[in-house]
Amino acid sequence: MRDKIEKLLLPALALGAFILIWQYAASHYPPEQFPTPLGVVQAISELVQQGGLWKDISISMVRLCAAYLSAVLCAIPLGLFLGRCRPCLRAIDPVVQLLRPISPIAWFPLAVLWFGIGNTPAIFIIFMAAFFPILLSTVNAVRAIPDIYYKVSRNFGARPALVFLRILIPAAFPGIMNGLHIALGTAWIHLVAGEMLGADSGLGYLIINARNYLRTDLIMAGMFLVGLLGLLLNRLITAGERLINKQWGITTQEQ
Amino acid sequence: MNNGRIPKISFRNAEKTFYSSSGESHTALTAGNLDVYKGEFLCLVGPSGCGKSTAINLMAGFEQPTGGSVLIDGEPVLEPHPDRIMIFQDYGLFPWKTALDNVMFGLRCRGIKEVDAKKTALAALESVNLTAEAKRHPHELSGGMKQRVALARALAVEPGVLFMDEPFAALDAFTRLRLQDELLDIRKKRQITVIFVTHDLDEAIYLGDRVVVMAANPGRFEDIITVDLPYPRDRTEQSFDHYRKKLFHAFNLVHNSERKHSNTQQVTASL
Ligand SMILES: Nc1ncnc2c1ncn2[C@@H]1O[C@H](COP(=O)(O)OP(=O)(O)O)[C@@H](O)[C@H]1O
Ligand SMILES: [Mg+2]
Repeated sequence: MRDKIEKLLLPALALGAFILIWQYAASHYPPEQFPTPLGVVQAISELVQQGGLWKDISISMVRLCAAYLSAVLCAIPLGLFLGRCRPCLRAIDPVVQLLRPISPIAWFPLAVLWFGIGNTPAIFIIFMAAFFPILLSTVNAVRAIPDIYYKVSRNFGARPALVFLRILIPAAFPGIMNGLHIALGTAWIHLVAGEMLGADSGLGYLIINARNYLRTDLIMAGMFLVGLLGLLLNRLITAGERLINKQWGITTQEQ
Repeated sequence: MNNGRIPKISFRNAEKTFYSSSGESHTALTAGNLDVYKGEFLCLVGPSGCGKSTAINLMAGFEQPTGGSVLIDGEPVLEPHPDRIMIFQDYGLFPWKTALDNVMFGLRCRGIKEVDAKKTALAALESVNLTAEAKRHPHELSGGMKQRVALARALAVEPGVLFMDEPFAALDAFTRLRLQDELLDIRKKRQITVIFVTHDLDEAIYLGDRVVVMAANPGRFEDIITVDLPYPRDRTEQSFDHYRKKLFHAFNLVHNSERKHSNTQQVTASL
């Protein structure tokens, strides 16, 4: 009972307080500068009624999927390889360490020069945002595999292909999954940035386009939708991760 | 009792020295000879750091001697082999596999078909009294159950030799005693050679046909004691106590001689 109160009532109270403070703050400004919560709700329903919203959401999702999946397909195999090949990792490490701190957004000018305005620069930026977290967590996951698994495999005479598929991949899987989780978050953040800078559709474009018309209520509506979808994506992948951790017997401190 | 028998495993002046990256060398096991006979239950006892794990890893093929050789059936041991399975103290189970899948692993490595592997694995699990736990994952099992799964995984491939490196050291006393009996049962039913590392003297006397006394600094085989008691043995019997005294005595001698060797380092009898 007490647990239920803490789980539902407290967040509801906090949310209510947030809306009240927002309402209070907004009342000091003209609505075109700082819209009220109700104004944003109206803007959302306007977006829904116009019908263009679903197109923007779906195009953003397609870009996210394309970029994220290509990052997964490149980073995981490379990470598995580097995790097993110490000299290769040593060799490539300086390059990775140099590229990693560069914000994916810094690639934007080059991306537009190379690919023009449209889908590709946004996809490229999301790819850069997702690639490194997946790569590094895969490398770390492989390197953290206890030696005893290889010893047991060797003892039973397991062939390399079997060790790779049945031991290395599953042993590294929770660590990789953690990287996939982090990468999905950064990918989503950079999707909006990428679409603001180099696209003419999608949620990021929706926000930047609303600014061009000085529609702050639409800007906030767009921001709200970005937050909401990000939350949903995170929930989805967290559920997936939980399932895997449960299967693997890893107990997290949550719950 | 071993007259005329051909050894299954032999140390021929086998020695193991580790070299650190800074170039320092450390001899974990000094050149020594030891013969293990087929079907024998041999215990290696000694304080930590005396080279027990090194010795068993040399026999199992996880390590190569830096001098001399270790032979099994007359051939130098170059690699681990599915006919000689190692049981580790920390089980070495795959956490993402159920108990059954863990036991099937060794069989699948041999290319045995899924249905047949499953049948054999279930029988192996039954032999360690874990039929009810077949579908559970390692994290749902107690330490004793985990070690039983590891034992079943080894037995499923019907190895000729079982290497066990302090397999029960992490378990509580009651589980340990029960597993010792189960191990003796298994050994009675199968023609299997067991090399068993422990630092528990009672465990060594309870299980072993012979007990190899090892000493540290440098690691070496110091003495061999033949335990001439019929199985099942009774820990409370006087004859058992006789061997207990004998082993304590052996270790006291070991430590006394060590004390004479090194005036700089006080060696305590920490058994
Ligand atoms: N891989 C290794 N590298 C360097 N020294 C080692 C290595 N393995 C064991 N040793 C050393 O060899 C000695 C014997 O170790 P070990 O065989 O593990 O002893 P025990 O199993 O009897 O406790 C110890 O001093 C240990 O530090
Ligand atoms: Mg040891």
